[in-house]
Amino acid sequence: MSDANLTPKENYTPGNHPDLPPPPGTIGTIGWMRKNLFSTPLNTFLTLLGIATIWVTIPPIFNWAIFNSVWNVASRTECWDQMAYPNEGACWAFVQNRFLLLIYGFYPEPERWRVNLSFLMLILAAVPILFDQVPKRKWALVYSVAFPFIAGWLLVGGFGLNPVDSDKFGGVMLTIIIGVTGITFSLPLGVVLALGRTSNMPALRIVCVLFIEFIRGVPLIALLFIASTMLNYFLPPGSQFNLLMRVLIMVTLFAAAYNAEVVRGGLQGIPRGQFEAADAMGLKYWQAMRLIVLPQALKISIPGIVNNFIGLYKDTTLVLIIGMFDVLQIGRSSLADAEWSGLANEIYLFTALFFFACCFSMSRYSLYLEKKLHTGL
Amino acid sequence: MTEVQTDQNQVRSSREDDDIIQIKEMHKWYGEFHVLKNINLSVKKGERIVICGPSGSGKSTLIRCINRLEEHQKGKIIVDGIELTGDLKHIELIRKEVGMVFQHFNLFPHLTNLENCALAPIWVRKMPRKEAEEIGMNFLERVKIPEQARKFPGQLSGGQQQRVAIARSLCMNPKIMLFDEPTSALDPEMIAEVLDVMVELAEEGMTMLCVTHEMGFAKRVADSVIFMDGGEVIESNEPNEFFNNPKSDRTKLFLSQILAH
Repeated sequence: MSDANLTPKENYTPGNHPDLPPPPGTIGTIGWMRKNLFSTPLNTFLTLLGIATIWVTIPPIFNWAIFNSVWNVASRTECWDQMAYPNEGACWAFVQNRFLLLIYGFYPEPERWRVNLSFLMLILAAVPILFDQVPKRKWALVYSVAFPFIAGWLLVGGFGLNPVDSDKFGGVMLTIIIGVTGITFSLPLGVVLALGRTSNMPALRIVCVLFIEFIRGVPLIALLFIASTMLNYFLPPGSQFNLLMRVLIMVTLFAAAYNAEVVRGGLQGIPRGQFEAADAMGLKYWQAMRLIVLPQALKISIPGIVNNFIGLYKDTTLVLIIGMFDVLQIGRSSLADAEWSGLANEIYLFTALFFFACCFSMSRYSLYLEKKLHTGL
Repeated sequence: MTEVQTDQNQVRSSREDDDIIQIKEMHKWYGEFHVLKNINLSVKKGERIVICGPSGSGKSTLIRCINRLEEHQKGKIIVDGIELTGDLKHIELIRKEVGMVFQHFNLFPHLTNLENCALAPIWVRKMPRKEAEEIGMNFLERVKIPEQARKFPGQLSGGQQQRVAIARSLCMNPKIMLFDEPTSALDPEMIAEVLDVMVELAEEGMTMLCVTHEMGFAKRVADSVIFMDGGEVIESNEPNEFFNNPKSDRTKLFLSQILAH
């Protein structure tokens, strides 16, 4: 039947050729496999090689990480006692044992509910920013703007709460504080810097160029050292300017300079006609920027901006160099404990997984956003 | 005393009625390059003017000077009684009253067609969103694509996009419409739908300045046709005379080139 349909001898009056089904094997699962896995001899070979690699590597990894792993013991020796040979499986008991330290750092135990509450509030504050279908979004955004101040008060204390010195901040909590602060404040600052750098006003432009080029030209580690030591010379004697605060400012400025350049790239991607149309209809500079130019420029810049955010988030580990205990540093110093030494794999894997989960979510969110903002032109 | 005053008022209002655009001895340079040379032009309210000429003749630059997308360096441009100077207030006032349609439509791709239309009424005229969207819908109906209101410009054909762009300009209720080669970027089968909208607009009495090579359109609606070359107005005449009896050799050559096919 179908063969008969495909013969060219079939007579149709011109313009009346019916839509025919595609030849078998070109669509569906089989079509997909043919096209993607076995299209050429080389591809076939690579597919088989890939299967073999998975076959060889996955089971041992699972055996180590899951089936032979040990939980709920008090030391490395007890771990290894339960295995056929040392390191046959993962000793997750180590991570379990240090878990609270890895999460909260040295934050006093009775006050840790404040960290949990802040984290919950952070998620609530992020939702209306990330998703626009949230009901009553305007009011939710007001809360999002207020959140940093509420969180600051909750974490640091004072005004009715027991004050907690920021030296006690550490672990995942510290990483998230630095990362989230850097991300939230560096984007608006970056946009302002990018607009300044593309502005017609020479004085403003020069200031922005100097700032961006200086920050980009200096390693983040150097800036962190400057924050931890040199700033004291510039501040009035005797003034106490919190180290964490200085680090937050430095990290934000650093990321802002990078974001500014990405956003500038986005601005250059906007055709002149868009500016002209906005001008011609009588929009003022800031209106044109806010309503026409920036929404499009930021959309183009999403991959670059998220790239910077991910970079910034991972760079937060550099604060260990000025004596702050982020999640990586807590892990490292835990290894110094004689009870647990030698379990570097477990602790670093945990840290890696934590960072991967955060960064991968950012990456997925950026893809979602790009898709959502795609309007066909 | 009263008589004199009434007279003055009459003079002023009649002048406003007559010349909605006055350009006097206007020059423009791009750096060293003298693009517009001694342009003198007055446009009466309701007048339809078609500007043509070879590429690089300065015709687009001329109409872009009228809403200050380009700055002129010498001479005077007075639009709707307001002189165009560096004063931002003046520029804003004039841009509110002057609509512009571009060769490449320049719709805002991140906004729906209706949002494109409602944007300026909302932000420039400070109109409530609902009212602005009603106006936008009205004009989208007038250019015959109300069903595309919720789509994005990128999902439309070129002709449809240009009609949205015309609707977008009309939403500001402009006194003057500038068209900068509105059909040059369109496929031949879409030119007609855009020209139809423009003809309708002309018949309703809109003041129009139109840079175009659509000579059929010029013959049908223009009150006068201006031919420019090398930054100068070479010839200006009513369409019949212009096409049947061109005076300068350059005009003849140009007409023979574009009407040859």
